[in-house]
Amino acid sequence: MSTTYLIKGARVLGGDPADILVRDGVIAGIGPDLAADGAEVVEAGGLVALPGLVDLHTHLREPGREDAETVGSGTRAAAMGGYTAVHAMANTDPVADTAGVVEQVWRLGREAGYCDVQPVGAVTVGLKGERLAEIGAMADSAAAVRVFSDDGHCVSDAVVMRRALEYVKAFDGVVAQHAQEPRLTEGAQMNEGEMSAALGMRGWPAVAEEAIIARDVLLAQHVGSRLHVCHVSTAGSVEIIRWAKSKGCRVTAEVTPHHLLLNDGLAESYDPIYKVNPPLRTADDVTALRHALADGTIDIVATDHAPHPVEAKETEWAVAAMGMIGLETALSVVQEAMVETGLLDWAGVADRMSTAPARIGRLSGQGRPLEAGAPANITLYDPSPRRAVDPAAMASKSRNTPYAGMELPGRVVATFLRGRPTVLEGKLQ
Amino acid sequence: MKRHLISAADLTRDDALLVLDTAEELARATEGSMKKLPTLRGRTVVNLFFEDSTRTRISFEAAAKRLSADVINFSAKGSSVSKGESLKDTALTLEAMGADGVVIRHGASGAPHRLANWVRGSVVNAGDGTHEHPTQALLDAFTMRRRLGDLDGRKVTIVGDILHSRVARSNVLLLNTLGAEVTLVAPPTLLPVAVDTWPAEVSYDLDAVLPKSDVVMMLRVQHERMNAGYFPTVREYSRRYGLDAERMARLADHAIVMHPGPMNRGVEIAAEVADSVRSTIVEQVANGVSARMAVLYLLLGGSEPAIGKEVSQ
Repeated sequence: MSTTYLIKGARVLGGDPADILVRDGVIAGIGPDLAADGAEVVEAGGLVALPGLVDLHTHLREPGREDAETVGSGTRAAAMGGYTAVHAMANTDPVADTAGVVEQVWRLGREAGYCDVQPVGAVTVGLKGERLAEIGAMADSAAAVRVFSDDGHCVSDAVVMRRALEYVKAFDGVVAQHAQEPRLTEGAQMNEGEMSAALGMRGWPAVAEEAIIARDVLLAQHVGSRLHVCHVSTAGSVEIIRWAKSKGCRVTAEVTPHHLLLNDGLAESYDPIYKVNPPLRTADDVTALRHALADGTIDIVATDHAPHPVEAKETEWAVAAMGMIGLETALSVVQEAMVETGLLDWAGVADRMSTAPARIGRLSGQGRPLEAGAPANITLYDPSPRRAVDPAAMASKSRNTPYAGMELPGRVVATFLRGRPTVLEGKLQ
Repeated sequence: MKRHLISAADLTRDDALLVLDTAEELARATEGSMKKLPTLRGRTVVNLFFEDSTRTRISFEAAAKRLSADVINFSAKGSSVSKGESLKDTALTLEAMGADGVVIRHGASGAPHRLANWVRGSVVNAGDGTHEHPTQALLDAFTMRRRLGDLDGRKVTIVGDILHSRVARSNVLLLNTLGAEVTLVAPPTLLPVAVDTWPAEVSYDLDAVLPKSDVVMMLRVQHERMNAGYFPTVREYSRRYGLDAERMARLADHAIVMHPGPMNRGVEIAAEVADSVRSTIVEQVANGVSARMAVLYLLLGGSEPAIGKEVSQ
C-alpha cells in the first residue's frame, strides 16, 4: 500500500493556505484543516502548490548520446524542476521515427520512474524533411504518440508540411514545427542585428522564423489541422501568431525560459554557453515574448532542455553545439520574468507550464486541476529564496546552463508523481 | 592599456596614440643597418596561426625578432590541431611552454576572446573570422598619419565587402576613436543589416564619395563571395565598386589609396592605381612591422625602455 501524504498549508495556485490529502495516487481531499490518521505530513506553509509541470519540449538524448543525458538523468532533472511529464524530442540516434524507437524511450521513462516520458515522433524519416515517417504506427504504439516534430530541423518543404498536418488529423495529433527557413540561416550563429554586425558572426534573421510560421499558419488554416510552433523567439512571430489566432487558426505556441530572460547582448563574450537555436534575440523581442505569454498569444513555456557535454561548449563559438539545459531552472526563470514583473500570477503559471502543455500533448493524466479525484501530480514551490544557480548541484548529466552564478528566485521543494514523491525537501527520492 | 589586444575598441584614444607614437619611434630606431633592439630579450612570442596567412605571420615574426623576443611559429596545418585537438588544449600547451604573448589568427570570430580565458600571456588578435584585425587598423592609421598628419577630421572611405571584413570592423572602430570620419561604400548585399548603428556614413555610390575623400581604402573581394550571389558578376562589381585610373582622377591631389593586401588586380583595384604614387600598399607592409613592434612592446612590457627613454604603459 502506498504512503498517504497530508500536505499542510500550501497556497494552491498561490491562493489561501489549504491542506491537500494524497492517497492511492490521487488527491483524496483538499481544504482547510484536513486530518488523516497515519498520513505522512508534509509541512508546506508558504509554499505554492501547482499541478505537476509538463514540458512539451525536452531533449533526453537517449538513445545515442548517453554521454550528454539519459532518460534516467533527464527525468531526475525534470523531477527536480517540478515536472511530472516531459515530451522527449525525436532527434536521437537512431531518430525516433519508428514505433520501435518511441516505445523504447517510453519504456525507459517508465523504468526510470521520475516522471512520465511521452516520446515525440519524427515527422519525416531521419529528420530529413523528405518522406513522412510512419506516424500512424507511432500513434498506435504503446507510446501513443500525439506530438510529431523534426525539431532541430525545419520541415521546410511546403508539401511535406501540408501532408504531415493533414495526416495527423486522423488521431488528433499535432505537428510541432521548428520554424527556420534553411537557406536564410546557412551557417547562422546568432541573431542577425546590431550585435552580429559588431561581432562579425553570421546572422540568423528573425524573418527566417517568421516566414515559416506565416506559411504554416496559412497551411494549417487551409487544411484545418493543429499546428504547434516550437520556441517562438521574435516579436514578429508573436504578431503572426496573434493574427492567426484571431482568424480561428488552430495554432498553439511555446516560448522557452531563456528567450524570456536572456538577450543577444550576451554573445559579446563569445562564450557559446549562450549559443542556442533559435538564437537569443534582442531585449525588445524578450519584452514582446513576455507580453505574448501573459496575454495567451503564446500558450505555454517549454524548456527546450538541450544537454551537451563540456567539450561541446568549451570551444570557439562557431564550432560549439547549440542549446542549453533548462529543466531545473525553468520555474525560477518564469518567476523572475513573469511573476516578479506582475505579468502572470501563479494560476497563470500553472496554466502555461502544466494545464496547457498537457492539453496540447493530449496527456489526459497530466495538467489536471488540483481538486479531489484528480491524479496527485503536484509541485510544491517556495518562491521566497533567491540564490545563485550552481551547475554542479544539478541532476542533469550536463552542465551547459546559461544561468551559472546568476541569482534567481525560488526553489522546488517537492514533486509528487501520482501520489509518490519524486522530490521531497528539495532532494530526489 | 589592456592586457590583450583583441578588438580595436580595446584601445582608448590615448592608447591608440601611444601605440602610433611608439611605432614611429621604433621605426626610426630600426631604420639604419642596426635593425634589432634588445627590448624583449628572454620573452617568448607564439604565432598561433589556424589560417594560412604568410604576410601577417612574417610581419609579426619580424616585429618580435626585431625586439629580440624568441618566436615560436605554430601553424595549425600539420600539427596536433589538424588531428582534432581543441583550441583549449592548444592553449594549455602554449601555457605550459611559457608563452608571454600569443598572436592568434583564426577562422572563427571570437577565437581570441576564448583563448584569453585559457592563457596567462597577452593575446594579440591577428585576425579572427569576420570579426576584427586590430593591428591592421593600427598600421593603416600609422600609414595615414605618416602621409597626411593628424587624423582628426580626415575623411576615410572604405570600399568593398564590409559584411565579411575584419579589416573594415577594426578600421571603423579605430578611426572613429582617432577622430576621422569614415564612409563605407559597398553593394547593399555586402553591408551588415545593422550598419546604421556603426559610427560611419554609408553610401552605395563610389563616384559621389571620392572627391571628398582624403583616404580611399579598397578591400579585397574574396573568391568565395564571387560565387555566392552577393553580386551578379565580378565584372559588374568591378565596374561599380572597383577603383580604376578614371575614378582615381576624381580624388583630391593629396588623397591616398590603400589596400590591406593581397590585391585582386583588375577586380577591386586597377594595376595603374595600385602602382601609382597615391598608393601606400608597399608602405603598409613596412609599417605593419613597426605597428606590431609597438603592440608587442607595450603589451609584453619590455624590461627596458624601448629606445632609451621610458614609455609609459
